[in-house]
Amino acid sequence: MQKRISAPLTREEADGLSAGDSVLMTGVVYTARDAAHKRLTELIQAGKELPVDLRDAVIYYVGPAPAKPGQAVGSAGPTTSYRMDAYTPQLLDLGLRGMIGKGLRSREVIDSIRKNHAVYFAAIGGAGALLSARIVKSEVIAYPDLGAEAIHRFEVRDLPLTVVIDTNGNNLYETGVRDYLKTLER
Amino acid sequence: MKTIPAAEITKAVRRLCIEANLRLPDDVRKAIAEGRRAESWPVAQDVLERIMENFELADREGIPICQDTGLACVFVELGQEIRVEGDLSEAIHEGVREGYRDGYLRKSVVGDPLFRRVNTGDNTPAMISYDVVPGETLKITVAPKGAGSENMSRIAMLKPSDGVEGVKEFVLRTVREAGPNPCPPIVVGVGLGGSFDKAAALAKRALLRPVGEHHPDPDYMRLEAELLEAVNALGIGPQGFGGRTTALCVSVETCPTHIACMPCAVNINCHVTRHASAEL
Repeated sequence: MQKRISAPLTREEADGLSAGDSVLMTGVVYTARDAAHKRLTELIQAGKELPVDLRDAVIYYVGPAPAKPGQAVGSAGPTTSYRMDAYTPQLLDLGLRGMIGKGLRSREVIDSIRKNHAVYFAAIGGAGALLSARIVKSEVIAYPDLGAEAIHRFEVRDLPLTVVIDTNGNNLYETGVRDYLKTLER
Repeated sequence: MKTIPAAEITKAVRRLCIEANLRLPDDVRKAIAEGRRAESWPVAQDVLERIMENFELADREGIPICQDTGLACVFVELGQEIRVEGDLSEAIHEGVREGYRDGYLRKSVVGDPLFRRVNTGDNTPAMISYDVVPGETLKITVAPKGAGSENMSRIAMLKPSDGVEGVKEFVLRTVREAGPNPCPPIVVGVGLGGSFDKAAALAKRALLRPVGEHHPDPDYMRLEAELLEAVNALGIGPQGFGGRTTALCVSVETCPTHIACMPCAVNINCHVTRHASAEL
């Protein structure tokens, strides 16, 4: 059973999701990786305006491959999320609602996710071709000098994701492994 | 003596960069399909099916399997009876430049690791390893290496007294700590012996070995099997959502070492374990 959700994501919609849920996301997400996160947090510290409105926004940790003629975007799977951990709580405090990536998050990030009623989603790492087919439009809206690391605005349709950390702080990376190992004990 | 013009090498490297990034080798495809058949956990079955759908789509549409088209790791076996007309290394870098441009592959290299992390814009330089071998053949393998798995790799200067258990413990700890980060199901390359640098190089080379082939020495063959079983008992599973298929294989490469040393390097690769080779 796959739930359909929209992006931007409201607090109410976020609260309705549980770790382990399989969802299809439709709407607008922004891309940002290491370099863009660094610039965003520098702007925050300087008290300047950000190039994206973070309220209820969803950020996808991805640096897409270049589009072939006729494609909206090239391969576009998630990058490993922990590299963004140092920057993430500041963005969550400004209203960031969802993050799409893959891999473990720090204790600080998980606490901030819970406090801010946010959700951490995983897309399948290494499935860049499959995921790119669900991105219908892409445009660079900030930091074009960063190339693949620029901030893109993606329009996504039925982007397949898994809820890893929900607004209560439940974590599929812990419960999934534990539940699987329990089936072996029977 | 055989002469090979540099332009021919550039042409081959260009083609190999594109081929490796678009088409997953048959042995890896087969291993993922076998993992799917052996998998009992429904979430893991679903993930493996989507991974298979992904590499088939990439092949069909001619797009990269993964957006991280990697550092271009290039392995060269240079027959000593060969004379290259022109600059061999430059010919390889040029092949990478052209392949990453013409194949719509992502450029993922910064020119300096610390102070000036600016993208070089063409995915060069390639990371080239040379081996001089007898004969008149030039063999080139391009193995694009993604960072998600590369970052989860580790090396330990174990003591000889650590023994087999010490090796197992270190490999398992490395895989456990990596968890979902390196995009499991993974391929685990282990380099044992040599010097600090040699062990790391062996671990990387282990990733080039076809899945299903084993170390020729029966003791190491058994070690590979035991490590694979232990890794797949961790329960991490595809993408870390739980399941049996944490690794597709564990390949151990070995080398003589110092009386006081037992270097052990673990180079992790993701399920997109890519490489393509050509002989000139």
